[in-house]
Amino acid sequence: MPLFEVFVRPRRGLQHQHAGSLRAQDAELALQYAREIYTRRREGVSLWVVRSSDITASQEEDAPAFFDPADSKPYRDATFYELPSEVKGL
Amino acid sequence: MSLLEAVVGLGDDALVLGQRLSEWCGKSPWLEEDLAMANTALDFLGRARLLYGYAERLGGCDEDAYAFQRDARAFTNLQIYELPCADFASACVRQFLVDAFDALHLEGLSASADAELAGIAAKARKEALYHRRRSAAWLVRLGDGTAESRRRMQQALEELWGYHGELFAPVAAEARLVAAGVLPDRAALRPPWLEAVTAALGEATLELPAAGWEADGGRQGLHTEHLAPMLAEMQHLHRSHPGARW
Amino acid sequence: MAEAADDLRNAQERFEERIGLDERVEPKDWMPDGYRRTLIRQISQHAHSEVIGMQPEGGWITRAPSLKRKLILLAKVQDEGGHALYLYGAAETLGASREEMIDALQAGRAKYSSIFNYPALTWADIGAIGWLVDSAAIVNQIPLQRCSYGPYARAMVRICKEESFHQRQGYDIMLTLARGTAEQKAMAQDALNRWWWPTLMMFGPPDEDSIHNSRSFAWKIKRHGNDELRQKFIDQAVPQAEVLGLTIPDPDLAWDDASGHYRIGPIDWDEFQRVVAGDGPCNRQRLAHHRRVREEGAWVREAVEAHAAKARARGEPARVDMAAR
Repeated sequence: MPLFEVFVRPRRGLQHQHAGSLRAQDAELALQYAREIYTRRREGVSLWVVRSSDITASQEEDAPAFFDPADSKPYRDATFYELPSEVKGL
Repeated sequence: MSLLEAVVGLGDDALVLGQRLSEWCGKSPWLEEDLAMANTALDFLGRARLLYGYAERLGGCDEDAYAFQRDARAFTNLQIYELPCADFASACVRQFLVDAFDALHLEGLSASADAELAGIAAKARKEALYHRRRSAAWLVRLGDGTAESRRRMQQALEELWGYHGELFAPVAAEARLVAAGVLPDRAALRPPWLEAVTAALGEATLELPAAGWEADGGRQGLHTEHLAPMLAEMQHLHRSHPGARW
Repeated sequence: MAEAADDLRNAQERFEERIGLDERVEPKDWMPDGYRRTLIRQISQHAHSEVIGMQPEGGWITRAPSLKRKLILLAKVQDEGGHALYLYGAAETLGASREEMIDALQAGRAKYSSIFNYPALTWADIGAIGWLVDSAAIVNQIPLQRCSYGPYARAMVRICKEESFHQRQGYDIMLTLARGTAEQKAMAQDALNRWWWPTLMMFGPPDEDSIHNSRSFAWKIKRHGNDELRQKFIDQAVPQAEVLGLTIPDPDLAWDDASGHYRIGPIDWDEFQRVVAGDGPCNRQRLAHHRRVREEGAWVREAVEAHAAKARARGEPARVDMAAR
């Protein structure tokens, strides 16, 4: 049976978060099992199930090319800019 | 029939089915299904406690006295709930038949003139809608699965069909409570139930069994031979230690 | 080729560095084969223990002596199934399929905790299992929340959170029995007598005899020795037994002022080896039950696959939405 990944929205106002996986033959069954397995203790108010095989993931070897370049853009952070101490509201 | 007797009968329905469902723990076809089955069992057992709790407030005994200290003849559940399930197909078919009934029945009961009964029914109805969604999907999956699964489902349906009539056959003693708006008229639920079941069976490529013998007597304490052994297992420990607390 | 060798060396260094920095290893990361194999073995063994552990307690659901206890026990056994699922899921991120893991269990290639090869003979055993076995499991599992492999550590966080109710309900059963009738108290003592030593064996052989330890420590899969965890359990269980007014079945049990720990008599490691090797009281029964359930479910698995194939062929969405009915 196919593997599904389960995402749970813990409360209104929060985004869905990955909770784990399960096996089910179809999406309806996966959704029901997600409810039985991952929300037994009122952990959620909304569920997504996604076939694991439908997820495209970055690989570890992608990480330097994908994520390191962001390190060299400190000007995206507010702390990059020094302001005179008397300036307020920025 | 008094309100107390009516409440105990509904409690017995829930307890006996909850006990049958709990027998599946560790025996479902796979682990995910085991959890789902246990959740359904917990819903029915929880419902039994609510109903027995109300019965106690109406002047009855406590929940454990109802569950553990009565013999089969004193239980007033409808017979369809007490039947053992030989296989998963049988469990699925029974569940579908009673869930389809439950959803309609609890809708009526949640409008009961008795506020407390209405409250319990309103809570149970939410569970019942989920149960029906689950069991209807199983009906289709296994009915329209392999030749083997279809054969098992059809066979289970034939075996269980004679027990559905009792769901819609109010006993004479119920009439006063129905007239007072405390209980829904179960007879009136039969046409919508049959319509929903016929549609689902069609989708599941299963055939509606022919009308024939129909069980009755559950509400009067007349049962199948299956109830007493089930109670013997359930009650043995409790009854072996009279007066003990657990 | 040289480039590939460099890549491997870099990956290996990155792995070691991560372990050194106490960072988590995640599924897509490169990891040594031994690390992967060790984790699959340990996580699947853990998952199998949860599944097999459902049997001794599951047998008492239909016989629980009150409605409240029946609900609690059913919810607890259901949780164990859930924990098995979290763990199978964690192991699957390492490339082991659930089918393969279950095959290994049924073929006897994979183990599960030896404790579940003992029978649950009376209702008090349900109390003893919750109190002793679940407490021991929690002592074992708390450090695993910081295990270097992310999915395993996260599963353990969830499991530990849920299991706190398990040990309490067990202790609550024992407390009720110990304060109940003479027969109930005797039942509780009998259960403690039978479950005490097997529970101590759950932590595994003494550290000097344990074959899997050293690499597991280096990889931060394991962070405490078997003896240390066992001692921790003993030190908390002995006073708990005193509150119950029950006697721990060990004439050598004594408080040792010098070390600040309880000292116990010798553990029968021959018994442990026999049970692990397959000759405990219930090994055969547990596996036979597991096989039977899987065989009985075979037609259901075939049916759902056939149904899904038909639905695909008809171009129907897999979703069967019954909510509208």
